[in-house]
Amino acid sequence: MSGTIEVSPAPPAPVREPVRSPARIQRPGRWTEARRSFRRHWQLYLLILVPLAYFVIFKYIPISNAVIAFKDYSPVKGPWGSDWVGFKNFDLFFHNPVFWTLLKNTFILAVYLVLASFPIPIVLAIALNEIRQGAFKKTVQLVTYAPYFISTVVVVSMTLLVLSPRLGFVNDAIGLFGIPQVDFLGDPNYFRHIYVWSDVWQTTGYSAVIYLAALSGIDPALHESAKIDGASRLQRIRNVDLPGIMPTAVIILVLGVGNIMSIGFEKAFLLQNPLNQSQSEIIATYVYKTGLLNADFSMATAVGLFNSVLNLFLLVAVNFVAKRITGNGLWS
Amino acid sequence: MTRGAGDTTIAETRGDRIFLVGIKVMLWIALIVVAVPLIYIVANSFSSASAVSAGRVLLWPVEPSIRAYKEAFSDPLIMKGYLNSFIYAIGGTLISVTLTIAIAYPLSRKTFFGRNLIMSALVFTMLFSGGLIPTYLVVQNLGMLNTRWAMVIPSAIGVWQVIIARTFFRSTIPDELYEAATIDGASDLRFLWSIVLPLSKPVIAVIALMYAIYQWNSYFDALVYLKDPSLYPLQIVLRNVLILNSGTGSTTTTSLAQQLEQQQLANVLKYALIVISSLPVLVIYPFVARHFTKGVMVGAVKG
Repeated sequence: MSGTIEVSPAPPAPVREPVRSPARIQRPGRWTEARRSFRRHWQLYLLILVPLAYFVIFKYIPISNAVIAFKDYSPVKGPWGSDWVGFKNFDLFFHNPVFWTLLKNTFILAVYLVLASFPIPIVLAIALNEIRQGAFKKTVQLVTYAPYFISTVVVVSMTLLVLSPRLGFVNDAIGLFGIPQVDFLGDPNYFRHIYVWSDVWQTTGYSAVIYLAALSGIDPALHESAKIDGASRLQRIRNVDLPGIMPTAVIILVLGVGNIMSIGFEKAFLLQNPLNQSQSEIIATYVYKTGLLNADFSMATAVGLFNSVLNLFLLVAVNFVAKRITGNGLWS
Repeated sequence: MTRGAGDTTIAETRGDRIFLVGIKVMLWIALIVVAVPLIYIVANSFSSASAVSAGRVLLWPVEPSIRAYKEAFSDPLIMKGYLNSFIYAIGGTLISVTLTIAIAYPLSRKTFFGRNLIMSALVFTMLFSGGLIPTYLVVQNLGMLNTRWAMVIPSAIGVWQVIIARTFFRSTIPDELYEAATIDGASDLRFLWSIVLPLSKPVIAVIALMYAIYQWNSYFDALVYLKDPSLYPLQIVLRNVLILNSGTGSTTTTSLAQQLEQQQLANVLKYALIVISSLPVLVIYPFVARHFTKGVMVGAVKG
């Protein structure tokens, strides 16, 4: 803080700026501050206009467009001109027999995904942290990190090929143990496992990097003194490493839960086929089909809005609980 | 406390050594689990069609052949998709990086009025969105449906990337530098262009790569916004060939033997396509992994 104009109690500003009231000079109000900032940084305000317009147009206007969930949308009249129907779309959706299936599928898949993909990166990061810098460590990191860069389409097609009943090596492998061939994608009961574990395969290495960063931030003195006190590796992990990465872990978990209901449309849609639909149809895929394939815009928006609100609610709730228990949260 | 460097020589106990072995075994397993499917795909892509169809390939090419690659590279649909993906990746990245800097830099300046309010408004969009259809309506009203713009504009700015860039600007460009430049008569834009940007090459590289990889891998925007097959990016073409099994549709065969051969070739083609489509990303990957890690860490520090 080098004494800038904003900080000094008696600014030299009056020379340039006509004084209106004595109180203003004592403590510049928000508007004075704003005016000063505009004058000083007008180029930056100009610069930020286009990206701000982007957020208004592609993020905030869609939020206002979501009003069609309460309307009978007509393309001719537009989102705001269409006729109101109140909660009719929501009512129809809640009473649709597919509602509970969708909710259940989405929820189970999401919870399963969070539970499986939360601890594994932590374990990987701690294991990597325990071994010395060297070629082996670098190789493990480089290889486990790689799948993150592969597209969803490719990951799904790899999954399909590897699990394919006749040609995939998974069936060859279980064949060695005398287990008959399984059509993994054709059986709805395998869908969740395939979804979750292919996701773990793809993202574990990437997620571990965040924890590795947190681990490297732990004061080495803590480890040294624990060593002197005779703590074993396991004890040091439990009492030094885990508490050290706790704040990071909580944030990741809260974000994970917050996304719980908005889990990847992309992957579910790609893995889906008529045979496994009873478990693979989730809210996101349903919105796509109702909205864009059947052109029922209002209904699809209502379903999507229901999903978004549920999401936000879960995020706030989990953040609240996490703050209560661990003292860490996404926001204060 | 005064032991200094000597304390690292404390002997490892037997328990610790066993534990370390356990950890190494675990890491080997992780390595194998991740690497085997990748190797399997590559091995299959370089094998003969009949070996692949018979499921005889595991981790090493059987009857090595590059026929599938030749086939893939001579398919007009796939090549068109490849070209389109390059257009979207390069154009999209240019637009995205420019816009991201244009919003992240002002937000990093302490004397920029309203920066906290704007930042909250951005973060809010990470937590709550209007949804698929309301966004589609905007794109439709702008007349972007079925144009290349739909691929690069609606997804132009990522809030995460803004956070990364802003954190970088704030922590590496000292205020004193700005003061000095202002005294020398530099305007804000001049300062950004001649001082901030040259000092920010690492973070620009990180966000550019993030955007480029996102563009290269994305298929959802194309699925929703594009109808004209000549605009399709590679991922959509891949989905049609790999997952919907619709083939590339350029062959008409007559005899049964030919059909069988086509069928077998289609199998290898899938493996080759997977390799080809991931190639650009995997080639640059070893060079960018380090920078990427830095980006992830910056993001993690200030969530």
